[in-house]
Amino acid sequence: MFDRSPSDLPCSPGVGFKADHFAALLADPGAVGWIEIHAENYMGAGGRPLAQLRALAERFAVSVHGVGLSIGGEGQLDADHLARLKHLTGWLNPASFSEHLAWSTHDGAYLNDLLPLPYTAATLTRVADHIDRVQTVLGRRMLLENPSSYLAFAESDWSEPDFLRELVRRTGCGLLLDVNNVFISATNLGFAPQGYIDAFPLDAVGEVHLGGHDPDHDDHGAPLLIDSHGCAVADPVWALLDHTLARMGPRPVLIEWDNDVPEWPVLASEAARAAAALARIAA
Amino acid sequence: MTGLVADFLPALRDAARAVPAGLTDGHGQAAGRRFAVYRNNVAVSLTEALETGFPCLFRLLGAENFRPLARMFVDRHLPASPLMMQYGAEMPVFLAGFPALDRYPYLPDVARLELARRDSYHAADATPMDAARLAVDDLDALRLIFAPAVRLVQSDWPLHAIWAHTMADGPSPAAEAQSVLITRADFDPIPHALTPAEGGFIAALMAGATLGTAFATAAPAFDPTRALTLLISHAALTDTRTP
Repeated sequence: MFDRSPSDLPCSPGVGFKADHFAALLADPGAVGWIEIHAENYMGAGGRPLAQLRALAERFAVSVHGVGLSIGGEGQLDADHLARLKHLTGWLNPASFSEHLAWSTHDGAYLNDLLPLPYTAATLTRVADHIDRVQTVLGRRMLLENPSSYLAFAESDWSEPDFLRELVRRTGCGLLLDVNNVFISATNLGFAPQGYIDAFPLDAVGEVHLGGHDPDHDDHGAPLLIDSHGCAVADPVWALLDHTLARMGPRPVLIEWDNDVPEWPVLASEAARAAAALARIAA
Repeated sequence: MTGLVADFLPALRDAARAVPAGLTDGHGQAAGRRFAVYRNNVAVSLTEALETGFPCLFRLLGAENFRPLARMFVDRHLPASPLMMQYGAEMPVFLAGFPALDRYPYLPDVARLELARRDSYHAADATPMDAARLAVDDLDALRLIFAPAVRLVQSDWPLHAIWAHTMADGPSPAAEAQSVLITRADFDPIPHALTPAEGGFIAALMAGATLGTAFATAAPAFDPTRALTLLISHAALTDTRTP
């Protein structure tokens, strides 16, 4: 149905676009070959956000990353929100559209967080139906992102990589592999991150995410990493990226920095580090 | 997920509720405070969205008052869509119905002004009309078409002065009512102070009245020159029509 590669983004570093970086990014993009925007911030009728987006789209490939569709939600997808996504992807024609394996809306109330799901047959059926609907309405293949987890559901009877592989098989969607999320979930739930990567359906990956996390701990003193996107990518996450790229081959790699956003040169240096990781596997 | 939303959601919104059963640390131990990460993400991210959306209220009240107030707002009014740019529409009514704020009766109008600025920022772009469009024989019969980014907030309080004093080091507000016209020539909404008579005049024009009717219903001796100059020089008008 969607006879395309998992995404049309270049296999170079990208950055999550922040309005404060607009001028500096255009003046000196460094290693950055593409940008990602949060869809919901570009659903106004006009003004500066859309003007910046139009200017950026002339220069860079754009990935539209939704954070509010609640694909794992119990009810039907929000038809109004899906229509807004169709409008945005329609005029912008981005190189990629992605969303999360999570829920965030219930009974019309939006919780502004990516909430976890049990990996069961019932969830699988519902999420697959929702992905089908998104791909049908948008008329394009979407990428689904693995979550960062702070807890697990006792009722889950699928592993996360197997669950995602089955969604790919049923819907033809691609995957967005967030390596920072893998490291966070592995630390928080006590599994080996390399083992997760090795079990992951890497052929379906159209984009990789990297971001920063903060340390915390649970009731028993066990480490609990928080997916903050508020600092530089941690060294073990860079190492896990190397492991991932060595198995998978080159992919578009995004740096996410959404809170305590630094000056442009700091973000640009993170992108340069991603470029070096991509160059190592090409050598 | 039959139990998920039924159990998860109430516990997410109310810290006094027990963590739902069936959530673990991945090795069979109860999830405990791990669940609080999600609770915290919801409460803090929505409170911060209100802080971003209402910077003048935040400064007027101070962080120590604004944050608990915002938490109460979040408890009563979760966002109705994932568009954070629209979150907080109920804030004026919420503030007006909050007895502890009786001493600050202008706060609901400050909230209306901040919502109007946000609306204006995201409104559709438009090409302003040439001022020559007003050089017609029968000016009274003209109706004005406003740019989508224009907003008007009428107030019984010195609303513009309160905003300018709080956000832009303006002088202390004097005890006089002001309305605020928001224009957006390019990308930045600009609030302009209006007298109540000018506010009423522009409100009538925005509602579709002809210039003649808007003028006739204004206060005696009202001079519309300043209001019309403001509309023309700040790209507030896109067209005229004669019905």
